[in-house]
Amino acid sequence: MSLLETRALAKSFGETHAVDHVDFRVDKGEVLALIGSNGAGKTTLVNLISGLIPSDSGTVVFDGHDITRASVHEKIAAGIARSFQLVNLFDQLTSLDNLSLAIFSREGKTRRLFARADADAAVRDEAQAVLEQFAMGAKAGVRAGGLSQGERKLLDIAVAYALKPKLLFLDEPTSGVSTREKAPIMDIIAAIVQAGHITAVIIEHDMDVVFRYCARIVAMHQGKILADGTPDQIRANAEVTANLLGTQAGSH
Amino acid sequence: MSGLDASPRALVRVGVPVLIALAVLPFVAPPYQTVLLSYGLIFAIAALGFNLLLGYTGLLSFGHSAYFGMGAYAATLSVKYFKWTSMEALLLSGLVATALIALVFGFLCVRYTRIFFGILAMALSQVLWSLAFKFFWVTGGSDGLRVPTPTLLGGLVTMGTGDKLDFLSHRYYFYVLALFALAVVTMWRIVHSPFGKALQAIRDNETRAEFVGVGVRRYRLVAFVISGLYTGLAGVLWVPLNGLTTPDILHWSFSGKIVFFTVLGGFQTFAGPIVGAVVFNYLETYAVGHTVYWQLVLGVVLVTLVLALPAGIVGTALRWLRGPGHRTA
Repeated sequence: MSLLETRALAKSFGETHAVDHVDFRVDKGEVLALIGSNGAGKTTLVNLISGLIPSDSGTVVFDGHDITRASVHEKIAAGIARSFQLVNLFDQLTSLDNLSLAIFSREGKTRRLFARADADAAVRDEAQAVLEQFAMGAKAGVRAGGLSQGERKLLDIAVAYALKPKLLFLDEPTSGVSTREKAPIMDIIAAIVQAGHITAVIIEHDMDVVFRYCARIVAMHQGKILADGTPDQIRANAEVTANLLGTQAGSH
Repeated sequence: MSGLDASPRALVRVGVPVLIALAVLPFVAPPYQTVLLSYGLIFAIAALGFNLLLGYTGLLSFGHSAYFGMGAYAATLSVKYFKWTSMEALLLSGLVATALIALVFGFLCVRYTRIFFGILAMALSQVLWSLAFKFFWVTGGSDGLRVPTPTLLGGLVTMGTGDKLDFLSHRYYFYVLALFALAVVTMWRIVHSPFGKALQAIRDNETRAEFVGVGVRRYRLVAFVISGLYTGLAGVLWVPLNGLTTPDILHWSFSGKIVFFTVLGGFQTFAGPIVGAVVFNYLETYAVGHTVYWQLVLGVVLVTLVLALPAGIVGTALRWLRGPGHRTA
């Protein structure tokens, strides 16, 4: 059963058709990889769906509702959350407060003007539990700005996860971190996604990661969907091999 | 960001001794000193409100004279046209007028950030200044309007036939002090609430705030109105103390002073704006009293302070207290 469907979704930047009338579907409960070389339109597609940038045309239907023109926070409320390739955190707030804020927001508590944020044990405990899940329990009191790149990446994902979305987009969860940190990060994410039966779309360059963790792969090229199938089907697809996997092998 | 622990105990530990010292002051200090401090406390309320925008929401307003002036003029005109004498009635009229103007100006301003926000806020405040300046048959123009001393607590406390200085340095001082304390406690609660955290999140990363579901513009507007109300409250309280309401409190240079209070004290701390406003008020008063070149002296002193203490007075003091390496948030 489809959770998200885009129909002829399009976005151009000048002459470049970044996303060229894409029909993209995500089914409930699946972990899907979105692959493609740089400039293929993966991140733009996610930006359109999540509301970071407006689309030129086409529709986005989520959970039976047309959300094409919904604002970002309406989409969040509907159950779409995302992490960012370039980390977006509240740098002066502690790790715990970064997560607490997501939970307060999810529960509609950010309207509370006079309640003590620190005194909300349920929110604090949940935030701490999420940190533990992401193996960052010891970093609760550290400001986000003072974390390592790998930790920032994890916290960025944890903030999206703490919103308890129906659909979670992870935009290159392991980019920009050292090779040493890559595998542990992906293992943590995979464990959480599987344990929580979360529907997730992972944009990823690293084909090892993609083939290991994702049951379905959508390959994009020059703004269009080139192939859509299981890892085996994608590996066997000559067009994908020629356009993506070949160049990937060269660049990694 | 709080500059102190977030627990209410931290507020009590620092706040209660300070409050006691402030409450004892009129009995030991000459009346003039008490009146001077009243000005400082009133400016502190304005700066506290201003810093909800700057320190906590990340918006630098160059137009907060609008709300100080709106509070002051609403109170002053209530006296002139309605012959109101109760301070509570003046507070009500001042706060209602400030809330309305802050809602309108805020609605326009929160669509922008950074310098665009600051300049638009300033431009709007200058509109009010020119109105107060030009409509002299209403406002008295640059001559201003005199305001007789109001009664306090619904007429229970009055000046009677007594001395005005005595009234201002005792009864009115305590009135200001009580509202100051209330304003501080309320602001403390706001910045440590989930709402306050949402503002800090907006300050740190507007995009991410949207992406955790915080409607950034609406939160900014609410912060703007609260900020305006604080500054408006200060404006009303200033009226009886000064006794004469003139358009200079609507002028952009007065907005600049509010910015300066806050930066001087340290905008990254809760107490910074309070300390900055009180210190600035003393510096300015003594500079004016001692030399005709007071603006030069004041300027040099302030530039030196800001260069020597980039984190502000309170921010620097906290760093010393905590020793190197301790996080200042």
